[in-house]
Amino acid sequence: MYDFLIAPFVEFEFMRRALVGAFALALGGAPVGVFLMLRRMSLTGDAMAHAILPGAAVGFLVSGLSLFAMTVGGIVAGFTVALGAGLVARSTELKEDASLAAFYLVSLALGVLIVSLKGSNIDLLHVLFGSVLALDDATLILIAGIATISLLTLAILWRPLVLECVDPNFLRSVSGAGAPTHLAFLALMVLNLVGAFHGLGTLLAVGLMMLPAAAARFWAKDLTSMIVIAVAVAVVSGVVGLLVSYHSGAAAGPAIILVAGVFYVVSVVLGPVGGLRRHFVPGRHLEA
Amino acid sequence: MKAFMSIRRSIFAVLYAAIAVALPAAARAQEKLPVVATFSILGDFVKNVGGDRVSVTLLVGPEGDAHVYQPSPADAKKLAAAKVIFVNGFKFEGWIERLIKASGTKASVVVATKGIKPREMADEDHDHEQGVDPHAWQSIANARVYVANIRDALVVADPGGKETYEKNTADYLAKLAAVEAEVKEGIAKIPAARRKIITSHDAFGYFGAAYGFEFIAPQGVSTETEISARDVAKIIRQIKTQKIPAVFLENISDPRLMQRIADETGAKIGGKIYSDSLSAAGGTASTYIDMMRHNIRQLSAALTS
Repeated sequence: MYDFLIAPFVEFEFMRRALVGAFALALGGAPVGVFLMLRRMSLTGDAMAHAILPGAAVGFLVSGLSLFAMTVGGIVAGFTVALGAGLVARSTELKEDASLAAFYLVSLALGVLIVSLKGSNIDLLHVLFGSVLALDDATLILIAGIATISLLTLAILWRPLVLECVDPNFLRSVSGAGAPTHLAFLALMVLNLVGAFHGLGTLLAVGLMMLPAAAARFWAKDLTSMIVIAVAVAVVSGVVGLLVSYHSGAAAGPAIILVAGVFYVVSVVLGPVGGLRRHFVPGRHLEA
Repeated sequence: MKAFMSIRRSIFAVLYAAIAVALPAAARAQEKLPVVATFSILGDFVKNVGGDRVSVTLLVGPEGDAHVYQPSPADAKKLAAAKVIFVNGFKFEGWIERLIKASGTKASVVVATKGIKPREMADEDHDHEQGVDPHAWQSIANARVYVANIRDALVVADPGGKETYEKNTADYLAKLAAVEAEVKEGIAKIPAARRKIITSHDAFGYFGAAYGFEFIAPQGVSTETEISARDVAKIIRQIKTQKIPAVFLENISDPRLMQRIADETGAKIGGKIYSDSLSAAGGTASTYIDMMRHNIRQLSAALTS
């Protein structure tokens, strides 16, 4: 048991680093995922992850595998798309999902074009897939820093955020905090996606954000416990995914996300809150 | 800055291409024999054999990775315009067959590794399929076969240049012999127990077999495979138990992973060695001969100290 669960982390530093990275991603990303899910923006995360790719790719082309350049590129691209889409949605007839789709598709195409301009084919797979097994000090600090900022911001913005989720029109009617809250939240999402793509790559960054949130939905009714469960699911997915990769030889990033996927499926079937279970095991009827 | 320069370079390349297309076809016909080589090392061989009589176009340029290369319509156009297409074979360019078909080219396709005895991939317990190691050029003995095949193909395509091609080939073979002597001399200076390194991409099988050198790779043969925690753990254990003195980065694989392994084992990080592609013009390995010289210098520097 010790050999199976603990020894890999004791023997190898890269496993410990991967673990710390996965924890930080879970702490920052999972709560953001819960809010995204409650606001019915689950697919927004996916779109934004694609929007970040070109920025990161441009950073990669300009200065190689530089943490700074790729992070800045990703953040700039992410903010541009988020703000642009929001602006169009607020000031025209086009709905937010349509304008977001338009913006991220353009951004993605632009990124691919820029990469092909370069002519050579330096391995963009590393940008697409990241490597949770090769986290250096700077990357870990970045990911942990993003998690810290996320948690602090969520604590400060908690009330307006919850209000915005439940009833955005009400918040708008009682205070001017609606738009700033929304923007801050979008910024958090972009930051977390950028952090996650260093560890997991752009394609999988959204996974550790949305899957635990979706799983947690089936276990809790109130927001606080939902977030706690989501973080727990994400953390456990990280640990189990790394162990699966260590023992079976499966690629690390996909393994982590697939474990989270298993949690999701189990939750759909067994979760007490609105899961499939209620169809098979009817609860007690409440009688007066 | 480098990227801007290369963007500028590719803009110029596009301009040149536009000019080339604009030139009347008749003017070009009596000029050079248009040929295509799939990647930079093969292209260098063809340039050396063909000399002034051929113009070589590359599909995967210097510093590019032919394993994960995505052909573009421009490449199909290059193929359509070529008289001879040189490919490495051994499934190195998995995309080439479809591209040739799609381009509708009438060029003859020459497999440059014809006659080379392929090495099986040395892969003890891996689950991915066994295959042939395509990186045959890493042995200079094989490079001679490449050159001979290229010469024969050019003589067939352009019989008028037979003498030139044969003379160029003889000159180039002499240069190859000199480099081979240098490589052997360099290896001889490294103590036998230290003739093993870790490198991120399993491309040096032929080099190792020809010159008595052990290359241990953390990844499979293709840069397409993603690495798992188990693989990394295995390498780290191996470095520690076999006391492997150096870890080498390659020009095309993830340097972060190499750095991590080196940090964790205390192995020395060697310089860049080139495997699948040459460096850009003006770099330290812009021709095949420079590449082999560069690689042996890097190996010596990390291992003899």
